[in-house]
Amino acid sequence: MKSTSYYKTKNIIVNSLIHLFLLSVAITCLYPLLWMVSSSLKTQEAIFKDISFIPHQFHLENYVRAWQEGGFGGNFLNSIIYSVCVVFGIVIISSMAAYAFSRFRFPGRNLLFIMFMAAMMIPIPGSFVALYILLNKLHLRNTPIGYILCMINVGLSTSIFLLKTFFDKMPKELEDAARIDGCSKIGIWRHVALPLAKPVLAVVVVFNALNVWNEYILALIIFDSRKYMPLQVALQTFQGEFVTNYPLLMAGLTITALPIIIVYLLMQKYIVKGVTAGAIVG
Amino acid sequence: MQKAQSKVFMYLILVFSSVFIFNLLGCSSGKPQSIAKATITVWHWMTDREPSFQELAKRYEAKTGIKINFELYAPSDAYTQKVRAAAQGFNLPDIFGILGEKRDFSSFIKAGHILDLTSYMEENNACWKNSFFEKALAVNEFSEGNSYGIKAGIYGVPIDVMTIQMLYNKNLLKNLGLNPKNPPLTFQEFIEIGKKIKAANMAGLVSGWGELWMIDCFANNYAFNIMGKDKVLATIRGEVPYTDPDWIKVLSLFKDMRDSGVLATGLVTMVNKTAEQLFANEKAVFAFNGSWCVNVYKGMNPNLDYGVMLPPQVSDRYPINIWGGAGSSFMVNGRAKNKEEAIKFLQWLTDRDQQAYLAEATNNLPANKNSISKIPVILAQFANGMDYATHPSIWGVSEFSAVIEAWGQGIQSIILGEKTPEQVASGVQKIKARELAKKRNRNP
Amino acid sequence: MKFKSTLENYLFVLPAVVIFSIFYVIPFIWVFQLGMFDWDGILPTKVFVGLGNFKEIFLQDPNWWQAMRNASYITFIALTFQNALAFLLAWACDREIRLKNFYRVVFFIPPVLSEIVVGMAWRFIINDIDGANIINRTLMNLGLGQFVHNWLSDPKTALTTVALVHSWKGFGWGFLIFLAGLQTIPRELYESARVDGANAWQSFRKITVPLMVPVIVLVAILTILGTMQAFVLIIGLVGGELAGHTSVPVLRILASMRGSSRFGYACAQGITFGLVLVIISFIQYRFSKRTRQI
Repeated sequence: MKSTSYYKTKNIIVNSLIHLFLLSVAITCLYPLLWMVSSSLKTQEAIFKDISFIPHQFHLENYVRAWQEGGFGGNFLNSIIYSVCVVFGIVIISSMAAYAFSRFRFPGRNLLFIMFMAAMMIPIPGSFVALYILLNKLHLRNTPIGYILCMINVGLSTSIFLLKTFFDKMPKELEDAARIDGCSKIGIWRHVALPLAKPVLAVVVVFNALNVWNEYILALIIFDSRKYMPLQVALQTFQGEFVTNYPLLMAGLTITALPIIIVYLLMQKYIVKGVTAGAIVG
Repeated sequence: MQKAQSKVFMYLILVFSSVFIFNLLGCSSGKPQSIAKATITVWHWMTDREPSFQELAKRYEAKTGIKINFELYAPSDAYTQKVRAAAQGFNLPDIFGILGEKRDFSSFIKAGHILDLTSYMEENNACWKNSFFEKALAVNEFSEGNSYGIKAGIYGVPIDVMTIQMLYNKNLLKNLGLNPKNPPLTFQEFIEIGKKIKAANMAGLVSGWGELWMIDCFANNYAFNIMGKDKVLATIRGEVPYTDPDWIKVLSLFKDMRDSGVLATGLVTMVNKTAEQLFANEKAVFAFNGSWCVNVYKGMNPNLDYGVMLPPQVSDRYPINIWGGAGSSFMVNGRAKNKEEAIKFLQWLTDRDQQAYLAEATNNLPANKNSISKIPVILAQFANGMDYATHPSIWGVSEFSAVIEAWGQGIQSIILGEKTPEQVASGVQKIKARELAKKRNRNP
Repeated sequence: MKFKSTLENYLFVLPAVVIFSIFYVIPFIWVFQLGMFDWDGILPTKVFVGLGNFKEIFLQDPNWWQAMRNASYITFIALTFQNALAFLLAWACDREIRLKNFYRVVFFIPPVLSEIVVGMAWRFIINDIDGANIINRTLMNLGLGQFVHNWLSDPKTALTTVALVHSWKGFGWGFLIFLAGLQTIPRELYESARVDGANAWQSFRKITVPLMVPVIVLVAILTILGTMQAFVLIIGLVGGELAGHTSVPVLRILASMRGSSRFGYACAQGITFGLVLVIISFIQYRFSKRTRQI
């Protein structure tokens, strides 16, 4: 029978190794973020000459300039509206569809699901032109709702796939109990399935929020008015044909990264359910 | 918890529906209202010039009361897609530019998207036409009997001019023990400097050779130098194979440059912006870049001491040619409602004063030859190269894209040390033969 | 009654199907039939070539297949290195350890960062003249000078380097999904296993892995689909296709569309690409089904 001190030292060594591993990966992840922020505080001249992480002078005005020159005010709001609407739409629509694919029987169920899967796998390059013409015909081209519907479609397949996988794994007892209690299908979906699927829903939210937030080419093609453009399009003003204003670009990118990080921070709590007792395995 | 959740739920529904309603309202107000004076919309991709354009728009409106709406869509790749999509939907603005090759330009004309400007150029004794540098206009012109099937004429308006030449850093040349007043004039001298550069562990030539078109430009300059314009065009037409010794000579130049160490490491992984950044920060002795770089370098290192020269000649038989001509051009939508106003605006934009303003504000060469007085010294050096300038758009024939791609990638392979000039030449010729066969099958 | 129930079922999938039909199926049909034309994207007239484009892709386009091979290589690295890393990190963070929240946030930073920043920042570390080249310098300081290399400019190492950076950028997603999956395994199972005398490796093998198999398959499929379509990072790191060494299918399609203005051909390439992805996913799905039954 090995002594407790053996287990204790073994624990300490194992834990230290794990921490070392985690820390080294974490440092590589932080580095580009720090590089971006530190570049945003330098000047165009200093940015490649001064390679130290901490700039000699902190040019915080880059952020103000980036905000003003990039016309960030309205575009920032647009991006937020688009992201919220698209994410909201996808969460409702894809969770309903995924739940149906997982729990219900109806003719054509498998065929429809396969079509969604195929859509996920067959990207259509040049679909921008097709969408442009389509939206034109629907008179939805230069409108936010047209853009939102397109973006909902973009994330639909993957979200359905993610949700269905998790619904399949979910134990059915709670749903059966609710059904016996007389709950309608919509009720079960809303009160039983969705709360249980919080971790996956959080992933779906983050995934789609990131996609919409970072999207710019579809927006650039289908919008004609500056007032509808999302943030990423505004950011392109710093990446000129010839001159790239690096510090302002980095400042702009930092500003752009912040909301997504905030969304992630909010969502990742749901991904972690309350973990209670003893999780040190081994 | 439940209550908070439903609250969030309700809130989100509120936001969603209000946006929806907002849009339905927005939809109706989006319909065109009858405006007293016309508005001209211009789509462009030139981020650096947006402030100058906005200023000019203000001046024009003050002068004529006509509102000019400059809309910027960047980067240029995205702009190209937008223009193509809008063309499909017949939604092009009054004025826009075409990025891409002459072939695409001709397709746009055939599709009716571009107005023929010849009559406007020729009126009043060709007053408008003659204000431009000849080579600037040539890029926008289709000559008699061109191979694109377009009626001869002028279809675009250049708003600036550029040349692509070689640059050298005077300080670094001094460090190498060379006289910055005498930059290398022959290819042999250039190679010799390469050996010195290698020994001093410095970086030699930088350029955006990760982008194939820049390699094509450089190679083409030397092709003209070695075999002359006629043979080059004959090759494009399919009359001379790429396995011809002259072409192998062109390819060997890259091998010689690589062996001598005059090329910077990682040259073929650079996009032009990376190369510009390196040259601006005095990390490279030579650069191969276009006149737009003046503005870029000024922003990154105003104290950069550099000079402009033609690529060092390798042969005396034919002159070395550089690529130059119109930098950016604007076209008028063939279906525009306000054609006359659009043309008037372009005439004003390319007028002497406005061109001088643009040249000064953006450090680019003006297209109007009367505006050349106030440009900085270094730009003047670029302008001097105009006499030697040519451009694929004015040759009247285009090489197959597959061939250009194989050519560029082949040169990259040579620089990487993976293929020999002969291997690349035969590979390119194979693709040329295939493309020619395809063309013959299609048009028997 | 049954009819009403079935109708209800359809209503659940209706919004998804409607949006999908309008915004995916219609463009897909347009692109699909365009693959059979020779068109430059601008002219009002198109030339019908039937299966000519597809024939060309399969028989006369070695660049395309090189691009496919390169993308498969990057995907292979992603499936192994990236996902193994993600799984390990998720497993490590699943336990009660300090700084757990910190790690959870930090590991998701790479996916959030714009590819421009990632390309520039990594070029800075790896590249010789336009960066500080920390890696080579560290190697030299450690006395491992013979390993110093032009990671990005040497065609032999360029693709692997790009693949590694891509894996670095992507592991955050796998980490997230694996973590979510690990969290749904009831703690009681581990507890009872421990009581029964199982050690860490055994509970990992007998409890964790079998319960995580559907998640692993999910992540694998998403990895394949995402990585095969990668291209922005390649431009940021090596400027282009590096004489074909770092070609990927999307770059080839873009070259067809913009470079040679062969819109129809680009559509055909896109369809071919999609078909290959479908076949790969199908094979993978069958394979995983079979292993699950063992």
